[in-house]
Amino acid sequence: MYRYDKIDQAIVDARVAEFKDQVARRLNNEITEDQFKPLRLMNGLYLQLHAYMLRVAIPYGTLSGTQMRMLAHIARKYDRDYGHFTTRQNIQYNWIKLEQFSDLLDDLSKVEMHAFQTSGNCIRNISSDQFAGAAADEVADPRPYAELLRQWSTLHPEFSFLPRKFKIAVIASEADRAAIQLHDIGLQLRKNDAGDLGFRVWVGGGMGRTPVLAKVIREFIPVSQFLSYSEAILRVYNRYGRRDSIYKARIKILVNELGIEAFTQQVEAEWALLQPLALDAPQSEYDRIIAQFPDPAFDPAAQDSIDVSDPEFGAWVDQNTHFHKQRGYASVTISLKPPAGIPGDASSAQMDIIADLAERYAHDEIRVTHSQNLVLAHVRKVDLHSLWTVLRAAGLATANLDLVTDIIACPGMDYCSLANARSIPIAQKIAAKFENDGAAQRDIGELKIKISGCINGCGHHHAGHIGILGVDKKGEEAYQLLLGGSGAEDASLAKILGPGFDENGIVDAVDRLIAFYKSARTGPDERFLDAYRRLGPAPFKDAVYV
Amino acid sequence: MPHILTGNRLETGDVLWWNGSDWTHHIREAALLEPAAIEALIAEMKPAERINDLAAVEVTVEGGSYRPTTTRERVRAIGPSVRPDFALPSLPVETI
Repeated sequence: MYRYDKIDQAIVDARVAEFKDQVARRLNNEITEDQFKPLRLMNGLYLQLHAYMLRVAIPYGTLSGTQMRMLAHIARKYDRDYGHFTTRQNIQYNWIKLEQFSDLLDDLSKVEMHAFQTSGNCIRNISSDQFAGAAADEVADPRPYAELLRQWSTLHPEFSFLPRKFKIAVIASEADRAAIQLHDIGLQLRKNDAGDLGFRVWVGGGMGRTPVLAKVIREFIPVSQFLSYSEAILRVYNRYGRRDSIYKARIKILVNELGIEAFTQQVEAEWALLQPLALDAPQSEYDRIIAQFPDPAFDPAAQDSIDVSDPEFGAWVDQNTHFHKQRGYASVTISLKPPAGIPGDASSAQMDIIADLAERYAHDEIRVTHSQNLVLAHVRKVDLHSLWTVLRAAGLATANLDLVTDIIACPGMDYCSLANARSIPIAQKIAAKFENDGAAQRDIGELKIKISGCINGCGHHHAGHIGILGVDKKGEEAYQLLLGGSGAEDASLAKILGPGFDENGIVDAVDRLIAFYKSARTGPDERFLDAYRRLGPAPFKDAVYV
Repeated sequence: MPHILTGNRLETGDVLWWNGSDWTHHIREAALLEPAAIEALIAEMKPAERINDLAAVEVTVEGGSYRPTTTRERVRAIGPSVRPDFALPSLPVETI
């Protein structure tokens, strides 16, 4: 894992000191709320329905046990004993008090963490593949490049006041586990014919009010030049991005209005102008950062077989472990979608347990996934049963990864001031129909349900095999039903199926969709999404709107 | 339709309701006001900069308690519907 050097820590310490002073001035009425609001938002502090909400940055979703334990401490000391892991691989706290905020920031900075650039019109937390460094299908570990992007984008003076927020994701395999085609910039690490490492560059993807899939503007940029190329993209966006309308300010609108060819020409021209400035990091800096992401000290004699004679354990191994590049190891997904739970929530006690398990079994590393689960990337197969036993006792061993109950849901109108409808109760009601029957869930197979409480799409509804969007209908909560989305390498945007529903109606509609899918699929291997793509929306619509 | 005045305390972010002379955490203790009176109160209170997001909330009066007409304000008054353990005793969670 990357550890801060003196420069990293000095940047965080200076920013914390600056914001602590701003908080004190606000509490003393030396500045108004209108003056303070943009400052607190730039430091990840929102005012939501019930209290202040703090979003803490988790760069590319990676945490040490010590950091996770600090997140647990913050939940206990400053919040209501829990946190909410988000689709941006961050964590949010829902009950923060401004008068305690300075102490909280001090605690965070002790473990090389902070909350800035988790809001505002800047480059947000860099996201990545939760199996980075462990996946057998990656060409190289993407995290050093995500870390370089983090350093480059941190308090970048030119890009602190962009037309709108800006999101970047980095992956290193053909399988896309970070939804890069739904990002402002998606970077896919690959090798060219000569065996050199570089990035395929995607630009202009996004969800929200105007969902768009990103387009490739360069098939290959050498890793040695990807920072200056990213700088060129941001410069073009910063110069031409629409500032006259918040709804037209994302880069996807600019790319659409200019056209991909003209946009690409602008970027290439800007990049040519940047070349003499030598903005790219020197090789020594690449080497310094890459050296901080070594493979763990794998046990070469680790046993590769697993005793799955316990069927409950076997089901969990089948569903929640992922193939690892090292023989005798697996990557483990810890589901934060237990029966009757709130997607992405973890108590402080659970966070402490996960920190302990990471230190004991997983080389002291935890990943947050954009599906609101957690991952221990490097676990010996021989340790899986011991690990599972502890997880099970803590309510963290639900064997439902990528199944019907592994639902993404934003906080919705239970917490969020932007929301039009509640998301979490819908997720709970859908899950309740299946959560006590693991065999039925596995029979349905991969099914990604994603729920947003408003058009901003924090619940990624446009990337759901089944997407649900909460809307306001004359003061009442209503829900639109969308089908056919994917955030993976086969990316597609979900489309509205028909008229909306009330709370109970949308749950019944999902039930009918699943029943129809099971009757219409070619076999158990045909996923819901594949059946939808084969059959089209009409029969699904007939099944729902009976 | 009756209205009540709400806001969030600067120091804590807590949801507050105006009871006619002070702020309370409980919507059941709020004072019914005419919209013009609420506008006047907001104009008077805003310069003090101690309560954020001052706003009028439309309510119905049912059995002596106030029920906001929008789900959003009912959630603010009670707490997250998915965490009944946090619910304020102002209205039953089921009324969200």
